[in-house]
This record gives sequence, C-alpha cells and structure tokens, in this order.
Amino acid sequence: MRLAFILGEIGGGLRRNLSMVVSVILVTFVSLTFVGAAGMLQLQINQMKGFWYDKVQVAIFLCSDGATSASCATGPVTEEQQANLQTLLESAAVTQYVNDFTFESQDDAYRHFTEQFANSPIVDSVTPDQLPSSFRINMEDPEKYQVISEIFSSQPGVETVIDQRQLLEQLFTVMNGASLVAVLVAGVMIVCAILLIATTIRLSAFSRRRETGIMRLVGASKTVIQLPFILEGVIAAVVGAALASGTLWAVSKFFLGDYLSQQYPDTAFISPGQTLLLAPALLILGASLAGISSLLTLRKYLKV
Amino acid sequence: MKTATRQPVRAVDPESLRIVEGPGLYFPHHEFPCTGSRTGQLSRDRRVLRAMIRFENVTKVYDQKARPALDAINLEIDRGEFAFLVGASGSGKSTFLRLVLKEDRASSGAVYVAGQNVATISSWRVPRLRRGIGVVFQDFRLLPQKTVFANVAFAMQVIGKSRSVIRDTVPEVLKTVGLEGKEHRFPHELSGGEQQRVAIARAVVNRPGILLADEPTGNLDPTTSMGIMGVLDKINQNGTTVVMATHDDDIVNEMRKRVVELRNGVIIRDESKALYTSMIPVVGASRRLKDASGREDTAPPATPGSEGAR
Repeated sequence: MRLAFILGEIGGGLRRNLSMVVSVILVTFVSLTFVGAAGMLQLQINQMKGFWYDKVQVAIFLCSDGATSASCATGPVTEEQQANLQTLLESAAVTQYVNDFTFESQDDAYRHFTEQFANSPIVDSVTPDQLPSSFRINMEDPEKYQVISEIFSSQPGVETVIDQRQLLEQLFTVMNGASLVAVLVAGVMIVCAILLIATTIRLSAFSRRRETGIMRLVGASKTVIQLPFILEGVIAAVVGAALASGTLWAVSKFFLGDYLSQQYPDTAFISPGQTLLLAPALLILGASLAGISSLLTLRKYLKV
Repeated sequence: MKTATRQPVRAVDPESLRIVEGPGLYFPHHEFPCTGSRTGQLSRDRRVLRAMIRFENVTKVYDQKARPALDAINLEIDRGEFAFLVGASGSGKSTFLRLVLKEDRASSGAVYVAGQNVATISSWRVPRLRRGIGVVFQDFRLLPQKTVFANVAFAMQVIGKSRSVIRDTVPEVLKTVGLEGKEHRFPHELSGGEQQRVAIARAVVNRPGILLADEPTGNLDPTTSMGIMGVLDKINQNGTTVVMATHDDDIVNEMRKRVVELRNGVIIRDESKALYTSMIPVVGASRRLKDASGREDTAPPATPGSEGAR
C-alpha cells in the first residue's frame, strides 16, 4: 500500500515537473557520456597496450645504405658485425633480459613496408636497400629497455636502438590527454547536473508543500515524505545514465566496430561488450549523484 | 504508585495516544484510577502520566530581544478534556500548539505529551508522536485535486494503512463528521463548514488521543461554527482530548468548557465551565487571580507544590 502510494507520488511529481525532469535527463545524459568516453579511452589504451606490448618492443636497427647517423659512417653493416651482434644477443649478459629475438632482413622489412602502405604511392619510390635490417627483441621486462640500449647503441654497425613502446607512448599520451579533457568536461557537466537536480527537487518540493505539510502533521515518516522526491531525481538520472550507456555502446558498435576497425584492421578496438561494462558504473554514478544532491536539497527545503 | 515510578516512559507508545473506537472505549489513563488522584497526593511521575498535555515552566523565546512568546507556562490538560485557548493574536496560542507538536523546541522547561517529555523524542520518532495528535486549521488545508474521500484517506495512506482498512474507516469517520454521501465531491464543491468537517475527519481518522484546533471556526459564520463545535464535541465525547485556540467568544460562551486565557505569553486565567471573558476583573499577576476565580474541579496549573489542591 505504502509502496503503491510512493509510486503514485513519484509519477505525479514527474508529470508535474516534466520539463525540468527532461532537462535533468539530458544533463546527466551528456555528463555521463563524457565520463563514459573517458572510460572508453582508458579501456582502449589498455587494450592497445596489451595488444602491442607483446609484439613490438625493442628494435636494433642496423646501418643501411641510406643511413646518415654518425655510427654508420663506415657504411652499411657488414656480415661480421651482424654475426657479432647476434653473438652478443645470445650471450648470458643479454639473454637474462630477452625472451627471444628475430632478425628482420631488408627484404622482410620491405615486404612489411609494402603491406603496411599498400595503398600509398610511397611504395613505388622505396627499394629494399633503403630500409634497415633489424633485430627485433622481445623483452623479458619491457622496462629494462635502457640496458639493451646501452649495450647495443655503441656497437659497430648499429644505427640506432629504438624502444618501440615509446612510439606507442606518444599515441597513448594523446589518448590520455583526450580522456583527461573528457573527464574535465564531464566534471563541469556533473556540477551542472547536481545543481539542476537540486533545483528540480526544490521546485518539486515547493509545488507539493501542501501535501508534505499534511503528511508531516498526520505523522508520515521521513522516508514516506522524502522518498518520492529522491526517487524522482534518481529515476531521471538513471534514465540519463541509460541513454549515455546506450550512446557509448552505439559508438563502440558502429563507429569503432564497423567503421574504424575496417579503416585500421591492425588495431585492436574495444568491443561493444567491453563498453557495456561501463554501463553499471554510469548507472550507479548517476543514481548516487541524484540521490545525494536531492537528499541534501530536501534537508534544507523540506522540513520533516 | 510505585509502578509508575519504576517504569519511566521512554518512548511514546502510539497506542497510548490513540483512542480505540467501540463500546469499550480505551482510556489509557484507566491504569491510573482517578479515585486515587482525587483522594491523595499524587507522585509527580504519576501526574505526568495522567495528563495528556503538561507544560512545566515552559518558556519559548523566538527573539532574544523581544519578550518571550511563552513565559514560564505551567499547564496541565487531562485525558479526555476539552479546553479552549483564548487570547489576542500574539498571546502565545499558536506557540503552545507548536510546542505540543514538537514543531518547535521549548527554550526552557518541559513539555509532556501522553507522559513523554517531547524534548527526549528523537527526530525519527517525532512522526509517531504526531500520529497521536490530530490538527485542524482555520484554512482547512485540504488537497484541492483530491476528493473528500481521498483527502481523508491520504492521512491513512501516508502512514501505511492497508487499502481495506482505509475503505472501512474513512466512510465511518465521514459519517461521524456528518459528511455522508459526499465522499466523491471535491473541496471546491463544498461549503466552508463542510470543508472544515473534511479537515476534522482527516485529523481524527487515525484515532489520535489529542485533537489540536487552531481557530477552526475563524472562517465560518456563527451557525456553521456551531455545527463544527458539535463535531468537535462528539469527538471529545469519544475520548479524544481537544484543545482549541479561538477568538470566537460566542462559541466559548455557548460551550462552557475549560478556558485558558493567555496574554503576552502568560496564563492570566484558567477556569472550568467558563466564558470567553472572565467575569472577574483581571488585575495583576495570574496566579492570585486564578486562586480567586473560584474554580471547582479544574486542574491547577501544575506546579509540584500546588497539587494538593486537586
């Protein structure tokens, strides 16, 4: 009975305050979409880290014909230098850091290059000679890059030692920056949402002060008086959170899944399923935001 | 006597405030037989329990600079009593009612309702206190979008009464206040007197032990007012303690009930079966006047020392 009564009150309140409720829904929708976007970017970064860190780690590029660095002044790497490097890689001092390594010849490099830039005219102007051969090292511990770099940089025939993670780190920095911006926008929007919810609840409490006054007098409990108002805000916020979750899901399904993953087949994008993991977090965040802000508002404007 | 002292009432039991309808009316104070109260000295605890409303040296100050709204009030209203609270605007009548409802806290002194010091009631128990007190106002305070039935049912719904209990009780109460057959009218379709009857029905539908009425006839013509008084009297006959703040001298003179007159926050008169204006000229302090007023069976303003008077 009391439940039915509370539900009736909520329905009445939502109907009476429809435009405000819609604005609460929209504001929570937008703010939680930004929160979710930041979450998606982080998921994507983790995904890419997991995907790439296994594959690319440290590459020792050997001098080629076109190499211009000082260490390559003596010309392209000789067979002897290359054999020395291989021996060094297999020595006990180095193997403790290395899982395994492969040698990528200039022909291999050219083949990878043409595959990667299949649609680009640059392929026609590149020959295998111009591309450096390299040792590709899979590190035991990627953080020990410095050790490898120190050992090999000064070896004859080595052009440069590159930690390919650093190339990825730049990308991740950009993505982290983007998610930070998303979080900041989300923060501002959440402040808007909180204030708007507070205002809405205040209006709702004001327009029903007759009822609540009578409820107080006849001894209705605090819960019965306040719950309809709190649930009003919570319901609006949860609807907004659901919309935000739906939007994020749609983005990951149609934009990442159908569009971007075709453009960049090599890249592992997060799946719509992973995005949905964010949904409960958004719903809880939305509900608690609304719940807390309406509770605080009621404490001030609805004496019990 | 000892039982009373041994069991200090810590929480308001809503049942102790509620009147159960039917032939065997339930008067919680039957546990404390009136005979005892008339024959001998009552312990203080017992007096506290016997009185429905008891003010002990209550002062209420709203503004430190102004005079207190209530100034060291001592008053006791017994179970089942009907008392008028009269006095000019600003004399402290509304403050009195607010203190009973725990809408405000007394600045000093103690307010007891059904034996319980309201200051000791925790905020989450205040609703239970209020369930034992019905309130009626001058402006009716009905919900305009609800029918008569729904207005009265509202008071039961919000405290979680079941639909079947509401269906049974509301028509009964509407009958008591003389609104049979008007269940489905809206407040704007009713006369002022009928609206006030709805408000009274709403106030008593949960069978409170106390009914507070704040100028319930203030908006009504004399004939309608007498009708309302009939309803209040009937509710009083059923065992509910009624306290009515009013300016309406005709009604007070007609009813001949206990009259408590306030002026500037002080009780200047407390007479039983009295008139709106005292027949004794009011001069000076209240205590001496009351003693001179020739009361017979009214409780004196309860100071522990004056209890033998009863």
